[in-house]
Order: sequence, then structure tokens, then C-alpha cells
Amino acid sequence: MFGLSDYATAIVFFVLIIAVTLGITAWASMRTRSTSDHYVAGGKISGWQNGLAISGDYLSAASFLGIAGAIALQGFAGFYLSIGFLVAYLVVLLLVAEPLRNLGKYTLADMLTARFNRSSIRSVAAVSTIVISMFYMIAQLVGAGAIIQLLIGIPYWAAVITIGVLMTIYIVAGGMIATTWIQIVKAVLLIAGALGLSIAVLANYNFNPIGLFNAVESEIGSQALHPPAPSSLAASLDVISLNIALILGTAGLPHILIRFLTVPDARTARSSIITATWIIGLFYLLTPILGYGAALFVGQDTIRAQNPEGNVAAPQLASELGGPVFFAFISAVAFATIVAVVAGLVIAASSAFAHDFYTNVFRGGEASDREQFIAARITAVGISVAAIALALPLQGVNVAFLVALAFAVAASANVPVILLTIFWRRFNTAGAVAGMIVGLVSSVGLVILSPVVLGKDAAIFPFERGSPALISVPLGFLACWLGTLLGGRGAEREREQGLQKDYDEVYVSSLTGIQDVEEEIQEAEPSR
Amino acid sequence: MESHRHEEWVRIERTPAFQEYSQKRKVFLISATIFFFAFFFVFVFLAAFTTVLNSRAVGPLTWAYIYGLAQFAMTWILMHIYVGQANKWDGLVDQARHEAAEGEGR
Repeated sequence: MFGLSDYATAIVFFVLIIAVTLGITAWASMRTRSTSDHYVAGGKISGWQNGLAISGDYLSAASFLGIAGAIALQGFAGFYLSIGFLVAYLVVLLLVAEPLRNLGKYTLADMLTARFNRSSIRSVAAVSTIVISMFYMIAQLVGAGAIIQLLIGIPYWAAVITIGVLMTIYIVAGGMIATTWIQIVKAVLLIAGALGLSIAVLANYNFNPIGLFNAVESEIGSQALHPPAPSSLAASLDVISLNIALILGTAGLPHILIRFLTVPDARTARSSIITATWIIGLFYLLTPILGYGAALFVGQDTIRAQNPEGNVAAPQLASELGGPVFFAFISAVAFATIVAVVAGLVIAASSAFAHDFYTNVFRGGEASDREQFIAARITAVGISVAAIALALPLQGVNVAFLVALAFAVAASANVPVILLTIFWRRFNTAGAVAGMIVGLVSSVGLVILSPVVLGKDAAIFPFERGSPALISVPLGFLACWLGTLLGGRGAEREREQGLQKDYDEVYVSSLTGIQDVEEEIQEAEPSR
Repeated sequence: MESHRHEEWVRIERTPAFQEYSQKRKVFLISATIFFFAFFFVFVFLAAFTTVLNSRAVGPLTWAYIYGLAQFAMTWILMHIYVGQANKWDGLVDQARHEAAEGEGR
């Protein structure tokens, strides 16, 4: 256990982080004047800023604390996650980022309703956004509560409420501008922390990573350097299923997707992608150094004694190599990581509720900017309170499981519909609604039937970690296809009745970013 | 009004520049997506069903690490190729606007 003086230094750093983020929020609140400022920072974030903010959203506590701990205790099996999270980014980048940027406004549902003029689609998309963000948010809050309890010695409930209150202040006062800048600060701190720890580890091996791997092989054993041998068919399929959820799910996570709506155009979105891919990749490249370093210098037994999942392995490593001040710094970085990601999630969930449900479904898109702005803030408070209320009784629930579930729901409910809206001419309303509902219900349903919820003996779905994506993603696509073939009117008749836009329009717009076609053509005219 | 707007979109869609852009983009995205899915899932399958990646490759590094690190290189390289291509395609989009304005697509 850490000593009291460790706590004292850590608390100083925590207070410092809180002060800086509140300062950013105060500054951002002066610049947040409209609904667009609140939801997407007015679309005025620059490329490198957004690149850092994407990295911030991407590198959650699961990436920093979770993967470092997993590598420390399970070796290569932990590094697996780093690879999956990084490659997943290619799906976002190649298939989703630009069409989303070109079609969307504030939310994921905006992108779908850029094609389909139906409030049923908007409602279902908003529900899936809220479900995914809630799972993710509860996971972050539960994990954060446990970790902060260990790091500065305050009770679980106090830690959850502290983070909850902070995230509410950030969003209500500072909206997306505050969230973005907090992400940027956090990303810089996180990179600095991970680099600092890696250098401290490698200094013991003449800065040669091979030396570290040699030490792992001789002191921990070669099993830490390769994936575990296959045990059963169900276990192997479980791994495949988990990776499908990771790879596709990222492209359906609302808080990641709305990042592309905060930049002025597709070109800026691309430049933010370059920054983000390098930062995220380099960070994940450091994770084996952090994990193996913790296993070697702290010891696997000591790590497990503190937390069975190894969630505080990175701060323990800092304490071992750099003493109380380094420990306090790394703990504060972990804290900043958690509050920043949670803030991003609140804004994604609350915009789905306020913008999609209130403004567009209940008010038929007729609310004034002021009314929308107020609704957005009230909803942010509501979402935060709901997340805190759900997280408080869930202390001890497996966090990795909740995060994996969020990815699986995103992959099954959102990704098929996003892809087909962009790429399939014949897609119709019935297909989109069916796809989202079947994806949502099948992914959540299979998890409930798995050993994780029902227990080993009663489980009907055999995958041990309950990853449903192998089955629920194909089901999501199948429902889109069947719904389109069997349900409702054909795409052509929907177009005639004004229920969906012409695919030519959606296609050209998604590829070019042109929104007002007549104006664009006229603007191009004089320069002939 | 609606049908008039529709014609304007189709006018852009039918310009040679847009056709070239849409064709190039499609070919690139399909081949890149097939490639990186295959590259990644072969790795996942080998790791989940076999032990071929478990032996040492370079010093203490196993084949699993070599293949894993190759995924990093693949992601960075593919990202840069894509951004480079997409920045070039922007020129075609501008050209499509001008061609539509000049009425070549009619």
C-alpha cells in the first residue's frame, strides 16, 4: 500500500489538474455563444488541435492503465489490445471519417438523416448513441472510482461524485470547446507521462528495448512474449469475436465520430488524422515497455495484490522508479485521462438527447438557437446525474467487460447502418431501422446469455468473455439487407415521396462536401 | 424546384472529373480495406488457432511481436498513402465544380 506522504503529493497534483481544467472551462465558456459552439466548437478546431484531441479521446484509462496492467500480468495478450485499437483506426479513417464530416452536423443521427427524412431513424440512432455512451461512461466512472480510491485514498463514492461534478461543469459551462482543450492538455500530459516512464525503464537497459525483452525472457519467462496457446474452439472464436468488435466498433463510437465534426473541412479532418495516428501509434508502441517494466521492477505479485486486473501497474511502476513525486504525476495523468474521456462521452450522449430527441423529434426542428442551447445544457446535467447514479452501485463490476460491450454494440448497431447509408444506393428506411434495432438487441442479448452475466453453468452463449460481435455484426448487416428487401417501400418510392434524399445527392455530397449545390456551381462559374 | 436541384447534383456526378475521382476513390478504398482486414485477421487467426507465432524470431522477439509491430508500420504507411491520395483528389473535386458550372456534364 502507498504511504500517506504519497497521497499528499498526489493530491497536490490532482488539485493542480482540476484548477487547470476549470481555468480552461472558464475561458471556453466565454467563447461558447451558440448551439454550434456547444456541440462542435463552432467547427473551428484546427488540424493539429483536433489531432491531439482525437488522441485524447482514443487513449482512455483503458489504454493507459488497462493495457499496461494487462501486459504486466498476461504479457503479449495485453499487447494484442494495443494492436487492435490502432488498426481499428484505419476503419474510421478510410471508410467513415470523410463522409461523416461531409454529411454530418452535430451528431451521428445527423449523418443518417442527411439521407433519410424520418424521425424513426433519428430516434433509433439517438438511442443507440445513448446506450453505447452510457456503457462506456459507466465503465470509465467505475474504473476511475476504483483507481482514484487507490491513488489518493478517498472512498469510491466520493471519487465517482467528484469526477461526475467536474465533467458536468466542463460540459455545461464550456461545451465542446472546453472538452477539446481538456483533451489536448490531457493528451500532452499522457504522452509525457508514458515517455517519462518508458525512459526510466529503458535507462536500466542502456536504452535498448531488446535488453528489456531479454530480461523479460529470463526473469518472467518466454510465455510472456507470445500469445497463449489455443485451448478450446470457443476460446479461439471468442478472441476472433473480440477483435471484430474492436476493429469495427471504433468506427461506431459516437464520441470518436463527433470529433470529425469539429473541424472546418475534410482537408483539416485529414491533417488531424495524421497527427492522431502518429500519436496513438507511438503511445501504443510504448505500452510493452510500461507493462514489462512494471512486471520486472514492481513484480507481478505486488501488482496483483494492489489490483487483480493490474489497473494501477503504471502508477506503481512510477513509484518504484521515481519515488512519490513521479507517482503523484502519473496518478494525476491517469486522473486527467479519465475526466477528459468522460467529458467527451457526456457531450456525445447529451447531444444525441438534446439535438436529436428534443430539437428534431419533439420540436420538429423548430426550436430557436437559444432554446436548443438551454436544452443541451440541461440534458448534459441529466446525463451526468444518470451516469453517476448508475455507476455508484456498480462498484466492482468488470470494467473491461463494459468497454468491450460498448464496442460490440457500436460495431453491431451503428457500423452496418453508417456504411450502407454511404455506400448502398438501394438502402431504405426499413432497412436502417431494422439494422440498428437488431444490432442493438442481438449484441446486448448475447452478452446477457453469456457466462459473464448468467454464470458458467447457466450460460447459453458459450463465449467466455461474452464477445457477441462474431454473431451480432453479421446479424446487423443481415437485418439491414432483409429490412430493405422486405420492409416498407423501395428506395425509389421513398425518394418519390420525399422520405429519403436522392442517392446521387447523398453520394456526391459525401464524397465532395458540397452542401448547397446551386451555390457551389454558381461560385465556380465566374472563374471559368 | 426539387427536380431542378436533383439535376444539379447529377450534373456534378456526370462530370468527367467526378467520375474519375469516384472511380479512383472506390478502387483505392476497396483494395486498401481488403488488404488491411486480411493483414490483421490473418494475424488474429494465427494467434487464436495456432502456435506458429510463438517461436523466437529476432533475439528474444517472437514472431507474434514481429507481426504485431508490422501492423503499426502498416497503419502508418496506409494512413499516409490515403491522405496523400485524398489531397490529390481534392483537385478533381474542384475541377468537377468548374466542369458542372461550365455545363460539360449536361
